[in-house]
Amino acid sequence: MHQPSSTTDLLFVFMLAAFLGFQLIKRVSPLLHSPLMSLTNAIAAVVVVGAIMITGEAGATPLARTLGFIAVTAATINAVSGFLITDRMLKMFRRKGD
Amino acid sequence: MPIALAPETLVQASYLIASALFILALMWMSSPKTARRGVIAGEVGMVLAVVGTLLHHDVVDFDLILIAVLIGSAIGVPMAYLMPMTAIPQRTAISHAFGALAVGLIGVAEYYKLAATQAPGSFVMWALMFEILLGFLTCTASIVAFAKLQEIMPTRPIMFAGQRIVNLVIFAGALVTGGILIFTPLSSDLFPVFVGLALLFGVLLVIPIGGADMPTVIALLNSYAGLAASAMGFALDNKLLIIVGALDGTSGFILAMIMCKAMNRSFSNVLFGGFGQLAAGGASATNDRPVRSMSGEEAAPMLEMAGSVVIIPGYGMAVAQAQHRVAELYEALEAQGVDVKFAIHPVAGRMPGHMNVLLAEADVPYDKLVELEDINPDMPQTDVALVIGANDTINPAARDDPQSVIAGMPIIEADKARTVMIVKRGMSAGFAGIDNPIYFNDNTQMLFGDAKKMAEQIVKELQAQ
Repeated sequence: MHQPSSTTDLLFVFMLAAFLGFQLIKRVSPLLHSPLMSLTNAIAAVVVVGAIMITGEAGATPLARTLGFIAVTAATINAVSGFLITDRMLKMFRRKGD
Repeated sequence: MPIALAPETLVQASYLIASALFILALMWMSSPKTARRGVIAGEVGMVLAVVGTLLHHDVVDFDLILIAVLIGSAIGVPMAYLMPMTAIPQRTAISHAFGALAVGLIGVAEYYKLAATQAPGSFVMWALMFEILLGFLTCTASIVAFAKLQEIMPTRPIMFAGQRIVNLVIFAGALVTGGILIFTPLSSDLFPVFVGLALLFGVLLVIPIGGADMPTVIALLNSYAGLAASAMGFALDNKLLIIVGALDGTSGFILAMIMCKAMNRSFSNVLFGGFGQLAAGGASATNDRPVRSMSGEEAAPMLEMAGSVVIIPGYGMAVAQAQHRVAELYEALEAQGVDVKFAIHPVAGRMPGHMNVLLAEADVPYDKLVELEDINPDMPQTDVALVIGANDTINPAARDDPQSVIAGMPIIEADKARTVMIVKRGMSAGFAGIDNPIYFNDNTQMLFGDAKKMAEQIVKELQAQ
């Protein structure tokens, strides 16, 4: 069963993820900085999970459903176009003779 | 009741696996060899996260969600396939706007849902206000960045008297109304004011920033969008959002730092400096100094006889859409046995990595794209440095003149090559609005003309011989 997390738990998760982020991103070749940015942008579209909760929960007000609807649409555009365009960019990076 | 608990456990399990996949996605971005695997990991993670959320027992109504996902996909797929590579910076800016808008709107819905149940000063209220502030300011800031990159708006900095004070007052106003809302969650009359101030501040934040500083700005907005997602995770008690937001936030922040370092400028100088504002007036004084110029026909044999050529592209190449012609030039020279490399300055173009994407699109192998630090030691042994649409990034004043506004900025040392050829439309100054002494050097030849036509002409000459 999922227990509500304490504030400190959440802050620890954030702190660890931020350090991990620094280590991961530092290793990305400058060659790929544009695709990196479009990939992180696509991944950030995971906020769609918050939008789904707002839109689909029982007893959601018309306002919540409207805002949630727009948010799901916007986040889906980002996720879909973000992953596809990142792959389109990466496909172009070839070595000589590849 | 182990059976009744299963869906909730499944939700958390899907989030856990999705988090791991997103981390792997970024890990695999470290090299072009594994990067496409990273995209697949990200896609699988996203699907898992969405499916997991749909299993959540609170989610009971699927119609609207399905319609929204269909509309989003119907817009997203053509956007991804029809977007020309030269428009990547604009697309990145507008997608930051979409992402931040989603975050802001979710925050608004959460506020109206939760305000009545929250104790004054609760952690959730803090997180929510932070989320809404960052979400909306990033949204409008990204729209302005998009408008500048798309040249709907003037790319020069827009400055007015008392700008900093106005910005400060607006920002302080947003913080104060946000603070009041945190401690009296039910003062909902103030809420629209808070949202309005956040939206307005986003606009004010980006209008004084010039076009060539967009790489830093886009990276920073990437970071803000990530932090806003993290704040949403705090408000909704969702660790997946916290992790993704933290990864995205640090990614944008590191890229912004790299951009600043590559210009030897601080964040505050980029954000508030109004850099490039005076560009129109600066360069005229020395325009009558003599320069050496040659035509494409004269340049071709010199390039052909060279042992090594370093091509230095800049934003001008992107503007002229010359990357394919430049790639043909590269191929024609390689065919003649010339060793050709490309020197890429970190801030060349309008977003981090912009030149690499354009040249990769034109089929230049990525092992030919060399970074600033790695190419500079080779410059003195280079026969020809061919500069196409770059200006400030090769300005020797940054190295030699401590009084220069770009003093200390790392440059590609084109002037150390035996011959420097500069393809340029005219003698106008670059973004920094200052003279470039390299034009007047003895070993510099100006090739006046459009980058695309010039590259085309040289290729034609090379193939004719």
